Amino acid sequence: MMTESIIEIRDLCKSFGDHDVLKGIDLSVRRGEVVCIIGSSGSGKSTMLRCINLLETPTSGDIIFEGNSILEKNVKLGNYRTKVGMVFQQFNLFDNMTVLKNCTVGQIKVLGKKRAEAEKTALEFLEKVGMAQYRNAMPRQLSGGQKQRVAIARTLSMSPDVILFDEPTSALDPEMVGEVLEVMKKLADAGFTMIVVTHEMQFAREVSDRVIFMDQGVIAEEGSPEEIFTSPKNPRTCEFLARVLN
Amino acid sequence: MGFFNDVFEIISKYYYFLLQGVGYTMLIALTGTVAGLAIGLLSGIIRTAPLSRNGFLRALHKIINALISAYIEIFRGTPMMVQAMVIYWGFALFNGGKTLPLIPSGIIIVSINTGAYMAEIVRGGIMSIDKGQTEGALSIGMTHRQTMFSVIIPQVMRNILPSVSNEFVINIKDTSVLNVIGVTELYHFADIIKRNSAKTFQTYFVVCIIYFILTFSVTRLLRLAEKKLMGKENYVICGSQSDSKAEIHVKEEADHHDD
Ligand SMILES: Nc1ncnc2c1ncn2[C@@H]1O[C@H](COP(=O)(O)OP(=O)(O)OP(=O)(O)O)[C@@H](O)[C@H]1O
Ligand SMILES: [Mg+2]
Repeated sequence: MMTESIIEIRDLCKSFGDHDVLKGIDLSVRRGEVVCIIGSSGSGKSTMLRCINLLETPTSGDIIFEGNSILEKNVKLGNYRTKVGMVFQQFNLFDNMTVLKNCTVGQIKVLGKKRAEAEKTALEFLEKVGMAQYRNAMPRQLSGGQKQRVAIARTLSMSPDVILFDEPTSALDPEMVGEVLEVMKKLADAGFTMIVVTHEMQFAREVSDRVIFMDQGVIAEEGSPEEIFTSPKNPRTCEFLARVLN
Repeated sequence: MGFFNDVFEIISKYYYFLLQGVGYTMLIALTGTVAGLAIGLLSGIIRTAPLSRNGFLRALHKIINALISAYIEIFRGTPMMVQAMVIYWGFALFNGGKTLPLIPSGIIIVSINTGAYMAEIVRGGIMSIDKGQTEGALSIGMTHRQTMFSVIIPQVMRNILPSVSNEFVINIKDTSVLNVIGVTELYHFADIIKRNSAKTFQTYFVVCIIYFILTFSVTRLLRLAEKKLMGKENYVICGSQSDSKAEIHVKEEADHHDD
C-alpha cells in the first residue's frame, strides 16, 4: 500500500496536573513523508513530539509505530527510541565527549556495535552534515549551528526510521539557521520520514509534504503547504499566518 | 632563645611520634574522604533516579530515599565527636563489650560522616547538569544507568572536585576529634608529647604548624590536579576544504575562571 503509515497517533491526550495540553490529537505519518508542525507558542507542539518519543507519557490515547502500540508494557523503550530519533532546540550534546564520541556512544552502548564500525558510521554522517573535520572538538568549542549539525549526525548514526525535530533552528543566530536547514533539506530529499516543529515558514512551505497547524492542544487545520499557506480555511490559521508572515 | 630550643627539642625528641601521627591522620582522612565520596555517589545516584513504574520497586525506592535523607540530616546535624562515641561504643554494646580496633573505627566514622556531606554535594552536582543532556541520551535509546555513567557522572566528578578537595582538607583537621575514642592520630600524639615534655604551648605550636603544612600542601596539590583535569583542551581540525590532509591546530581561549 502506498499510504502505509509508519506512525499513527490516535486520540492522544496529555495533561500536566489539571492543565490539559493535548486534547485529542489524531495524526498519521507515511513512510518518507515530511510533516511540518506550526502553531503559536504553548499550543502543545513540543509536548506532542515528546510524547511520540516517550519523553513524556501520554495521559490517554495510543501511538502506533509500524503497526504496534508503543504504549504496551513490554515494549523495549531503548529499541524504539533508536528508530525514532529526536533533534532538540538546545542541541543536547554530551558536553564531556568529543564530536566523534557523541556520535559513537549510542551505537556502542545501545546498538552493541564495535568501536571501529561505530566510528566509520559516525564519520560518514558527520561528513554528510559537514562536521567531519571537527571530529575531535568538544561541543563547547563549536558554534550553535555546528552543534546542531553534530546533533543531527548523532541521531542519524543510530539509523532511525523517523526523525523528530523540535524547533531545531530557534536557538541559532540568524546566520547559522541556513546551514542547519540545508542539512534538513538534504535529509528530506534522501527520503527520511521527518516530523518537524518549526517557525521557519519558508522551510515548511518548500520542504514539507504536509503542514499541520496546531492550536490550543488540537490540530486545527492540516493540508498541503499550498493549501495552508495560500488558502487557509480556519480563521485561527489565517490569524497565525498573518502574524508570523507579517 | 628558650622557645625555639623547646620547639626544636620537641621535634627532635618526638619526631617519630609526630610522623606516626601524621601518617594515621592522613590515612584516616584520605580513606575516609574516598569512602565518603563513594557513599555520596551511591546515594546521590539513587536519590536522583526516576521512580520505577512498578509499584513495589517504586515503594522500595521511596523508602530508601527516606532513609538516605534521614542519614544525611542526622550526620550533618550532630558533631563528629559525638558520632565517634556513639558508633564506637554502640558497636561495642552490640558486640558483647568488644570494641572495633581503633584505626578501622576512625576510618568508618570519618567515612560515614563525610558520606553525608558528599551525598548532598553529589546530588547538587547531578542536578546542576542540565536535563537536556539526559534527554539527548534517552532519545538515542540509552538507559538511565548508561546515561548516568557515560554522560552525567563524568561531568559531575569534574564539577564537584573542588568540593571534594575541600572535604579532604576538612577531614585532615577534623580527624583530631577521634582523639575522644583514643585513635592514634596526630592530635592524640600531641597529647602524649605534652604530658611527657610538660611544655603545652610549644607542643601544640609544633602540631599546629604540622596541620597547617598538611592542609596547605594538600590544597595546593589538589588545586593543581583540578587545573589539569579541567584541561584547556586544544583540538585539531582534520583536513581543510582545500587540503584534506591538513591539520589545523586550534587553541582554545583561556578560560575565564578566576584563580
Ligand atoms: N513538564 C511540564 N509541566 C507542566 N506544564 C508543561 C510541561 N511541559 C509543557 N507544559 C505546558 O504545556 C503547554 C504546551 O507546551 P509546549 O512546550 O508543548 O508548547 P509549544 O507549542 O512547543 O510552544 P513553543 O512554541 O513555545 O515551544 C504550555 O502551556 C506549557 O506551559
Ligand atoms: Mg516547543
